[in-house]
Amino acid sequence: MAKLDNVLYGHLWRPFASLMVIVLLLPLFVKSSYILTVLILIGIYSLISIGLSLLLGYAGQISLGHAAFFGIGAYVSGVLTAKYAGSPWIAMVIGIVFTWLVSYVIGMAILRLKGHFLALATMAINIIFFILILGLDEFTGGASGLVGIPSLSLFQLNLGNPLYFYFFVWFIVFVIILFSMNIIRSNIGRLLRSIHDSEIATETLGVNVAKYKVIIFSLSAVYASLAGSLYAHFISFIAPPSFYITFSILLLVMVMVGGVHSIWGAVLGTAIIMFLNEWIRYIGQTYFHISGQVEIVVYGLIIILVMMFMPKGLVDILERLWKKIKSVQIKGAEKRKMTTEKGA
Amino acid sequence: MANLLEVKQLTKKFGGITAVDRIDFSLEEGEVVAVIGPNGAGKTTLFNMISCFIPPTSGEVIYKGERLTGRKIFELAHLGISRTFQNLQIFNNMTVLENVMMGVHVKLKTNVFSAGFRLPTVKKNEEIAYQLALDVLEMVELKDFMYKKAGNLSYGLQKQLEFARAIVYHPQLILLDEPMAGLNDAETNRMAGYIKELKKKGCSFLFVEHKMATVMELADRIIVMDFGKKIAEGTPHEIARNEKVISAYLGEEAF
Repeated sequence: MAKLDNVLYGHLWRPFASLMVIVLLLPLFVKSSYILTVLILIGIYSLISIGLSLLLGYAGQISLGHAAFFGIGAYVSGVLTAKYAGSPWIAMVIGIVFTWLVSYVIGMAILRLKGHFLALATMAINIIFFILILGLDEFTGGASGLVGIPSLSLFQLNLGNPLYFYFFVWFIVFVIILFSMNIIRSNIGRLLRSIHDSEIATETLGVNVAKYKVIIFSLSAVYASLAGSLYAHFISFIAPPSFYITFSILLLVMVMVGGVHSIWGAVLGTAIIMFLNEWIRYIGQTYFHISGQVEIVVYGLIIILVMMFMPKGLVDILERLWKKIKSVQIKGAEKRKMTTEKGA
Repeated sequence: MANLLEVKQLTKKFGGITAVDRIDFSLEEGEVVAVIGPNGAGKTTLFNMISCFIPPTSGEVIYKGERLTGRKIFELAHLGISRTFQNLQIFNNMTVLENVMMGVHVKLKTNVFSAGFRLPTVKKNEEIAYQLALDVLEMVELKDFMYKKAGNLSYGLQKQLEFARAIVYHPQLILLDEPMAGLNDAETNRMAGYIKELKKKGCSFLFVEHKMATVMELADRIIVMDFGKKIAEGTPHEIARNEKVISAYLGEEAF
């Protein structure tokens, strides 16, 4: 019985350990602070995409508004520390609790909607948030943004140092991955997937579907809020455009490219899109002399291509490839065995 | 024996049409009751009112002395009532084992946080679910398919799976909406066998069905509906001889 988990869900520690090794070793090869910044942002955005993977890939509920929850975390942290000189850690917790409350209330109202309607409603939430931070310029600095957000420090350790912050962010990512994986690898994870397949059947089995939808929506919002706080302290300057719908869409692209049905897919997708993003910007500027939002055109194209050719994302393709390699190996071994037996 | 389920004057009107008209009946503990009637007689509407999918216009359903009408759908499982669907509702993208393990939800106490922090109760719950699921899979002969995706099974096996998922947590009352629809003779016999086996263990059944041979074989009592009204009630023997039933529904050639 000890291996019941593995029987049901496959191994957890292999991919976990592999990612950990990569994260630990990367700084040895990365010398430029620019790449390190990208790696930190990948960690921060991964937190959001992991939450979205739980929400979209497991529970089957879409959100085009997670940039708003990201923004709530960032602004609560930013305003409380830059304007009121509060403790960043307490501000972070306040941000999380506040996001939980807001997303719970919003979730109760809008998660009755399905499909396109839910997408539109979450988009509306994002727009409302955007207009609020523009309008509340007394606190948020409005369109000109909020400056002077201090960097974090942990027991004398200055996390303003990008390398320390890199390890700190990825430590949190691993904690969140473990927490999310534990949920997935329990009857709660099963329940989320069953909501995706048939809400009505899940309900007849005694599950309060509405409650679980809201809980998972709030949980993913809290992940986004945590990411927002980290982002604010890392960049030290926040402005409304970072929290607009375009970012929500970008988050969805990340999750979809990696594969919505997998936490690892979310992290992989985030990494790919982030590097692609930088690459597009570079190519656009150097060869075509265009700047501004070229990326958004490419994202649109990526969404279409992903939906057409790999609706289950990259992780699925990798898994199938891995299985193929394995089956070829097994077949090869069997053949060798047979020939040796014949020989004997 | 005590009444497990009582249906009192249950009525449903859709606009000007009365789909179900003042239906009364009761179901005793350990009894198997079938509801039959021609298409459009209101069987499914009656069924959906009993399982709280739609609210009645008037009347009520009493289960173990408590009012069932007005409850949320998910509450029923906690009271020991489970149901299956006419148009199969299984979780296509999950394995057979996981499908059945979902049926155990009522017995588990895991929540999002105990799961996230992997408290010891979670593992215990998983083992309970796994063990119960294995027992049922053995009973309905699906154990060989337990790691297969439910969506890839044949229709007959999917029907068996849905049945297994409904009974895995040992409910007292099982509502079956056309359990034999689309099954061939061998599969029908198998399904009838499972129902008989569970009846011996004390489960009660209420089911809607079109296959007369099965109804006659399984049911202790039959309720016949036509145009929303109950036109007859009795043992299979009585129903087969009831002239009202024969003229209204079964037609001469059925017997």
